[in-house]
Amino acid sequence: MADTPKPTPRIRMPATAKAGEVIEVKTLISHEMESGQRKDAAGQVIPRKIIKQFTVAFNGREVMAADWAPAISANPYQSFFVRVPETGTFEFTWLDDDGSVYKAEHKVTVG
Amino acid sequence: MSSHFGKISRREFLGTATVVAATVISGAPSAHATPDAVAAEVKKLFGDKKILEGKIKLDLPTIAENGLVVPLGFDVESPMTDKDFVKAIHVFAEGNPNPQIASFRFTTMSPKAAGAVRIRLAQTQNIVAFAEMANGDVYTAKKEVKVTIGGCGG
Repeated sequence: MADTPKPTPRIRMPATAKAGEVIEVKTLISHEMESGQRKDAAGQVIPRKIIKQFTVAFNGREVMAADWAPAISANPYQSFFVRVPETGTFEFTWLDDDGSVYKAEHKVTVG
Repeated sequence: MSSHFGKISRREFLGTATVVAATVISGAPSAHATPDAVAAEVKKLFGDKKILEGKIKLDLPTIAENGLVVPLGFDVESPMTDKDFVKAIHVFAEGNPNPQIASFRFTTMSPKAAGAVRIRLAQTQNIVAFAEMANGDVYTAKKEVKVTIGGCGG
């Protein structure tokens, strides 16, 4: 449990869209989301370590953000909806309790 | 010889694990949030503002077999125009160790204030959501989820 692999983000959304089309974006990142409630075999509380914030930007403009509490399940999944105004790149950022930042990008072409 | 030692340590380990599990289970109820804890959080966010019913659709199972992974969907009725959109949605648990579940903030880049996450529920409880509109109105909705196996601590 101490050595966990680096969280891997996964994004599912189309690569092309019509202008103004409503698109569902599904995101998932591998992360244990240690709640800070559990105890190890020696009865010691395992310290909290979760991804506390998830943000999405499109060409540098904020789209949506989520603040997560320990009540979010391990390997946090988040879906939401966007309208794509023009060709551009979505940037996804996950912020860990320990200050680590995990990033992913997804380009969408509007045609 | 080594297998003999292996057996003893395994038995000791299982014994310890049982004690730990029992402690966690017996210690759990007092550590849980209550509807009052949620009310305190709501007061911090909105003060004494009048809270209206409706507009929010919560998509949760009536019975969750595994409290570790409970799908939560939300959808707030709003045209999502520059003047009339949902600024934020806050979701709380009345029976988890902490009342907070998540807060979602939206912009007009979102065509609808909807989405989904997966949450942990420690026990059977109410999930309460609040939607903050651009004009300052606050709407609320509540749904009970029966949890067969709790998703926190144990």
